[in-house]
Amino acid sequence: MDINYTAILPEIMLSLVGICIMLLIPFVPRERQTHLGYLALAGIVLAFFGVAMGWGQTDLAFSEMIFQDDFGQFSKIFFLFVSTVILLISMNYLEQEKLFQGEFFVLLLFATVGMLFMATSADLIMTFLGLEVLSISTYILAGFKERERKSSEAAWKYFLLGAFSTAFLLYGIAFVYGATGSTKYLQIAEAIQASPDYSLILFVGLGLMMVGFGFKVALAPFHAWTPDVYEGAPIPITALLAVASKGAALLALVRILYQVFPDLSQQWQAILWPMAVMTMAIGNIAALTQSNIKRMLAYSSIAHAGYLLVGLTAHNPLATQGILFYLVAYAFMTLGALIVVQIVGRREEQHTTIEDYNGIGYRYPFLGIALSVFLISLAGIPATAGFMGKLFVFSAAVQSQMYGLVVIALVTSAIGLYYYLRVIVSMYMGEFKTEKIPITISMPLRIILTLLVLGTLYLGILPGSLLNLAEEAASF
Amino acid sequence: MTLIVFYGLAATAVTAAILVVLMSRVVYSALALIVCFGATAGLFFQLGAQFIAAVQVIVYAGAIMVLFLFVIMLLDPASEVFLPSRLKRVPVFALACAVLFTLVLLEAADRWAAAQVFTDSIAGTERSSGPGGEIETLAHSLFRDYLLPFEVTSILILVAVLGAVVLTRQHHETE
Repeated sequence: MDINYTAILPEIMLSLVGICIMLLIPFVPRERQTHLGYLALAGIVLAFFGVAMGWGQTDLAFSEMIFQDDFGQFSKIFFLFVSTVILLISMNYLEQEKLFQGEFFVLLLFATVGMLFMATSADLIMTFLGLEVLSISTYILAGFKERERKSSEAAWKYFLLGAFSTAFLLYGIAFVYGATGSTKYLQIAEAIQASPDYSLILFVGLGLMMVGFGFKVALAPFHAWTPDVYEGAPIPITALLAVASKGAALLALVRILYQVFPDLSQQWQAILWPMAVMTMAIGNIAALTQSNIKRMLAYSSIAHAGYLLVGLTAHNPLATQGILFYLVAYAFMTLGALIVVQIVGRREEQHTTIEDYNGIGYRYPFLGIALSVFLISLAGIPATAGFMGKLFVFSAAVQSQMYGLVVIALVTSAIGLYYYLRVIVSMYMGEFKTEKIPITISMPLRIILTLLVLGTLYLGILPGSLLNLAEEAASF
Repeated sequence: MTLIVFYGLAATAVTAAILVVLMSRVVYSALALIVCFGATAGLFFQLGAQFIAAVQVIVYAGAIMVLFLFVIMLLDPASEVFLPSRLKRVPVFALACAVLFTLVLLEAADRWAAAQVFTDSIAGTERSSGPGGEIETLAHSLFRDYLLPFEVTSILILVAVLGAVVLTRQHHETE
């Protein structure tokens, strides 16, 4: 038994600060509770230091429960970055919606703890617990606007379907345990390698686990909840679900498929291949007809999950690298687009149809340029992060000789161009309607947006530095 | 001696279980269920599973029964009327129960035949649990091998409690 606190230092920091905020809530007047967000921010900064203290170390800590490796450190930095952005935009959002509840920040911190555990877990029990901590926090956050029907509806749908899918995951874990006699990643992999005549129980277990993860990543055919929940949830939580929750489940899946079941790759590739095709097709085609921009971005996030799945199916070192790069690029552009949606939506998110964007490009040049960059990047046009991400993921698939899959991916992303460009066209060609409430952009949001735009362009033009980091992280 | 205690406990458990179904008032059923749980705890104790016996008493006979009684209190069972139409289906359920019970009996008879093997395996588990009994084994796996999941579970429960507070308090304020 080795207790190695540096392996879970960021999680400890986040949990402690979360508990501190929880204890402080009764002593802070309601109107000032959004200030507790700064304390949460301090917690995330501490967690960054926590990651830095364990940088470069490798270990298998807490009797093979937690990996401490480059892949884990990369994921931790990624999730902490996403949480920082979401925390900053949600402080603005809570102020605007007059939702003065400090619990929001506590739940956000605990959700982050769940993500970090999922990405570093070395045991299926830890993966499950991480997923549950993340899920339960997000169920509540999705329904945070209790006064609004849509938000409650989103929370209920997400909760019922989420609980159902978690049951699938747990049942799958039980089957895998039954077939191999362990829940530890490395021991399962050894057991599979030792007896090449695979039992049916093992396949059933793997299949059920993929259902569970497929739900969280929003892969077709388990994507049906996505548009309703993304539309109803508060915008910062939509961002949390679309980027962080999806990313955590995907990275956990990468570890499980590449580290636990590499010997069964032919079998799971046969499942992932059609899933990737369906996810890309459904996401891109359904997004064409959407009139609400939150729903459109929900379908677009399904499509992007499909592109990530193309990389996952490829199963080679380049694929892991590509997935990590793509995830960062996807985070930049999706977070950015959702921040603009939040700014344009104004109080109570009243302006979320695509028509509301008519003429905004000339009236508010900053918002126009920012949203255009993010949408162009989401569409995958060169000189943006989205293009580079797609390039790496698809070339990984080419390396594994999956030409059919790459062709389908290219065709579907060409379809995707239409709905991204439609928003840009309405921003610059549409007629501007005089608005009742003018759009205001607060200073922190302006700074975050600028950084995200610069990041998207930087990764699109000079992807080398991030790519090198991803390459280091990709060697398990 | 052990055999007498075993049959006594088993008879109590079965009788109490039958009473749970037969009692006309829900509160009596609940009380009979407590007796049933108590007898089962005694059986666990006889098997050398002291910890499970204690948990059975604390969690099932204690906490869960309190929950049951609360629900019964809130639902006000006195107002519940027995509809004659429900009684018509009794033979069907009786038949289903009879089939199930026969299956259980057959399984039990099968075990009886292999009784020698069964007692041997029990004795085996008792020997392996060491001087501290099974609690020590349990503590070893809970606080050594599974320390981290154990701690993370407490965070999970904390999140669930916090969520319940957030959702119910908001609901209260809007009313």
